[in-house]
Amino acid sequence: MAYREPMIELIGLGKTFESKNNYVKALEDINLTIYEGEIFGIIGLSGAGKSTLVRCINYLERPTTGKVIFDKIDLSEVHDYELLKIRQSMGMIFQQFNLLMQRNVLQNICFPLEIAGVSKKDAIKRAYELLEVVGLTDKAKAYPAQLSGGQKQRVAIARALATKPKVLLCDEATSALDPTTTRSILNLLREINKNLGITIIVITHEMSVIEEICNRVAIIDDSRIAEIGDVEEVFMRPKSKIARQLVFSGVNHIEHFVGEDKCRIIFDGRTSFEPVIANMVLECRTPVNILFADTKDIDGKAFGQMIIQLPEDEISKKRIFAYLETNKIPYEEVI
Amino acid sequence: MFSRAVLEMIGKGILETLYMTVLSSVLAYILGLPLGIVLVVTDKEGIAPMLTINRIIGVIVNIFRSIPFVILLVALMPFTRLVVGTTLGPNALVVPLVIGSAPYIARLVESSLKEVDHGIIEAAKSMGASPVQIVFKVLLPEAKPSLIMGGAIAVITILSYSAMGGFVGAGGLGTLAINYGYYRYQADIMLVTVAILVLIVQGVQELGGRLVRRSDKRL
Repeated sequence: MAYREPMIELIGLGKTFESKNNYVKALEDINLTIYEGEIFGIIGLSGAGKSTLVRCINYLERPTTGKVIFDKIDLSEVHDYELLKIRQSMGMIFQQFNLLMQRNVLQNICFPLEIAGVSKKDAIKRAYELLEVVGLTDKAKAYPAQLSGGQKQRVAIARALATKPKVLLCDEATSALDPTTTRSILNLLREINKNLGITIIVITHEMSVIEEICNRVAIIDDSRIAEIGDVEEVFMRPKSKIARQLVFSGVNHIEHFVGEDKCRIIFDGRTSFEPVIANMVLECRTPVNILFADTKDIDGKAFGQMIIQLPEDEISKKRIFAYLETNKIPYEEVI
Repeated sequence: MFSRAVLEMIGKGILETLYMTVLSSVLAYILGLPLGIVLVVTDKEGIAPMLTINRIIGVIVNIFRSIPFVILLVALMPFTRLVVGTTLGPNALVVPLVIGSAPYIARLVESSLKEVDHGIIEAAKSMGASPVQIVFKVLLPEAKPSLIMGGAIAVITILSYSAMGGFVGAGGLGTLAINYGYYRYQADIMLVTVAILVLIVQGVQELGGRLVRRSDKRL
């Protein structure tokens, strides 16, 4: 993706919140380039600073140090009124949707156009186009209170796209939704990225969201970037402690009751969906205990991970590793 | 039960009371609404924080709110004479009513506007809305139901203040209740005027509730 133009560059970005008698460092020395047309994920535990980071990108929060360069414009150098204009080319959606409760769906989508000074007639025309994109044409006259969470987020997406932004910032956009709705919203985001070419930045605390739609990911821990890279790379070979923690989310508790050696097997789509573990057990003639499994079959390819408990004797262990290697299945030992 | 003259007097009292209440409410909102908006906008957490202005207005509002209305009524008499030319009659009472209730309205408006979800304001900011646009396109419309409810409370407060005007000969139902019921021990006239006041209060409250139900799209 390096051949693309940089859309957003964060250079030495830092943000400190000051209150009466203490300083809170929310972000420190963030360096990041997001390219045109990519879906970039920013993940971290709550309190890591990711929400502050996304608000620095559109200058809802003014960084204390460093620069934000958006589409070749250094945001620290523009006047406030220019900033308002620039924000019109950065859409944003939120965890709590933040729709105007006293306006109907159509009026909500027209809202950013009103702010931009678009004529009412053109705004309504554009709003109907967007309703079609998000599949809610029949809800044009409904009020937010009458919609489900997923529908509200669709309206919010339509609203964020109204001014034809270059970037869409998603701040925990699926965190208030159930898994099925989450998937449909993520699919919609992917479509928007593909069809409209909009660069998307996804802030989340869920690795599954990153895996589902992102090309690259930055992991934020304790106000800094702990790791950054292609999603597959980070997922398969997490280097930092926090990355491992996020990739293994939901697996942590296993450590409490198993002291034995464990092995994480990664299904990255290169292996077809076949009974890998069963074959391995038959071939190596040694039973293994599956401690954790999270795999899915996408177009006949296996994706996900499994954690197995390794047998104690070294020979069986070696045999298992040899089997995985010959079958080109990525794995790593977990201590 | 009552002579024609008394009935005419009561009728005139009702009209005067309604006149004072409506006129004072409108003028008090012209003063109080902007004050309330400024209080919210310039707040520490507001969309354009200006702490000095916020504190100055806050203190002025608090001072006027702590003066009992009867005292304010008398204290403002020279000013009232300057504005209206007299200290008697409904028009003269409008002056202290406006000055006494505008700070109260400012606080009512402030609390209504502060109910607006911060996330919605943030969303508007992310779309490049200016502070002025946020006030007129987000804060006021989103707080509309709460503002209407506050409006009913304000009108009722002004109505009850206006009854106090009876002591200074302002006219209206208050004067009637005090002159006949209090000074002349005509309890029946006092009872009737009080009953009418109760009915007006009920009516205003009911109307406010209806308007809220009709305008609030969250229900």
